[in-house]
Amino acid sequence: MNPVLKLLLEGGNLTTAQIAQVANLSVSEVEQHLEQLKKDKVLLGWRPVLDLSNEAAAAATVRAVIEVKITPERGGGFNRLAERLARFDEVESCYLMSGGYDLLVFVKGASLQKVAGFVSEKLSTIEGVISTSTHFMLRCYKDQGFLLDTGEASTTRLTITP
Amino acid sequence: MSTDSKRWVAGHVAALPKSGIRDFFELVAKMKGQDVISLGVGEPDFVTPWNIREAAIFALERGKTYYTSNLGLIELRRAISTYVTEHFGVDYRPDDQVIVTVGVSEALDLALRAFCNPGDKVMFHQPCYVSYHPSIALVHGQAVGVPTYARDNFALTAEALRSAWQPGCKILMLNLPCNPTGGTCDRVQLEAIAVFCREKDLLVLSDEIYSELTFEGTHTSIASLPGMAERTIFLHGFSKAFAMTGWRLGYACGPAVLIDAMMKVHQYTMLCASIIAQEAALEALTRGWDHVLKMREQYHRRRDLVVRRFNEIGLKCHSPRGSFYAFPSVAGTGRNEKEFSAGLLTEQKVAVVPGSAFGDNGIGHVRACFATSYEQLIVACDRIERFVQQPKA
Repeated sequence: MNPVLKLLLEGGNLTTAQIAQVANLSVSEVEQHLEQLKKDKVLLGWRPVLDLSNEAAAAATVRAVIEVKITPERGGGFNRLAERLARFDEVESCYLMSGGYDLLVFVKGASLQKVAGFVSEKLSTIEGVISTSTHFMLRCYKDQGFLLDTGEASTTRLTITP
Repeated sequence: MSTDSKRWVAGHVAALPKSGIRDFFELVAKMKGQDVISLGVGEPDFVTPWNIREAAIFALERGKTYYTSNLGLIELRRAISTYVTEHFGVDYRPDDQVIVTVGVSEALDLALRAFCNPGDKVMFHQPCYVSYHPSIALVHGQAVGVPTYARDNFALTAEALRSAWQPGCKILMLNLPCNPTGGTCDRVQLEAIAVFCREKDLLVLSDEIYSELTFEGTHTSIASLPGMAERTIFLHGFSKAFAMTGWRLGYACGPAVLIDAMMKVHQYTMLCASIIAQEAALEALTRGWDHVLKMREQYHRRRDLVVRRFNEIGLKCHSPRGSFYAFPSVAGTGRNEKEFSAGLLTEQKVAVVPGSAFGDNGIGHVRACFATSYEQLIVACDRIERFVQQPKA
């Protein structure tokens, strides 16, 4: 695997200069790797992983996960409808699933009403959507591999040990 | 309290020197709260993987709070036996050839107490783990140091063994890969050592605690060489590979008669290792290998980073094949290892351990542990560079 991509995936939050040091590359080589990853459409963009539990503005954001049943189409299967749903700004992620429903859609909105409105007025009225089942998220404990505020002591290691 | 109380301390204990690490620990303790980056530790920076911790919690929930067999839980001994066969190529019967101990430290102490008569000579390579020499003194053995050198990447050579050998040598202690040097021996070097051990009828205590953290080539256990299993006590544990230092769990494998002798000492002193730690260790052996590989990959990259930076800075440093220690020479800096460590700590706030804490062959070197994050290592190396470049005060 591309050494730069590998370090990115580990989620160590390293700067370009730090990645260069660890991978024994020059900064411009790391930048070239990153450019190539973007060109190849492997690296689509950057998003920070934040613990926003104490951030008032973020706390006002409501998140929900919606199970959606849809009718597959001859020739295109689930793709056309899935893409149509995914294009809404409210949708953060959208997956085709095995099992009891077809699409799992992660949605966010400024309030419960806004999310509910999006589901009832937009999502469920699209032709081909058979049913939706909406679950509101109450609290986040772990996000993309990062534990949120566990209070785990990380600095109890003694400074000098044999 | 009057100093008179000293009269009650046993002579051989009073005669033990204080660990060189202890002196340095006190120096570092004075710097508390000053943003010191420590490369002075002897343990992983990873917390024990969660599935292993969770297994211990589950054990407590099920009321596993009792003594175990002196030898340890049979399920754990079976798992150890399988693990040692798969990873080291030596077969030990779980029933009578494996004993679970409180860290490798206890296993080593048991072995010395079980096999060393007062006056017996015990060979060990230097620089080495701080407790080897004192452990020999505590059983009234005579320590016979065998030097290892930077020019050999601190591998132990049969030639060095041969020239250090004296009549009366009974035991050879090995620690490969080695704390503090990261030195180890390849198969050919080990075969030569094995020939020597058979020739001189030496019992080998082989502490292989860093074996999983071998970065180049594969680790060979001396116990796996022809004619060696019958004269080797294989010592291992969970601290380093599974990031379980605080659990204090190790084990020894060897011929039944020898394990039985160690068990005698163990049953009268320790009785058994903690059952909670044993349950956790069982989980580590059953479902912990992926974690080991992930952590090893990180150590590998960190090693490459610090060794490259040390050499750039002008601290000559061999690339340790195993462990998480770099052992650069500070000879070119115009400072001895103690001045270097103390100066680096007070002026640039990086803690390393003077090599002389690990025996005379560590003079002129420092031990830098790279079991810490990339970010910290990068900053630490930059600080060391500044320290080396500035004129000596």
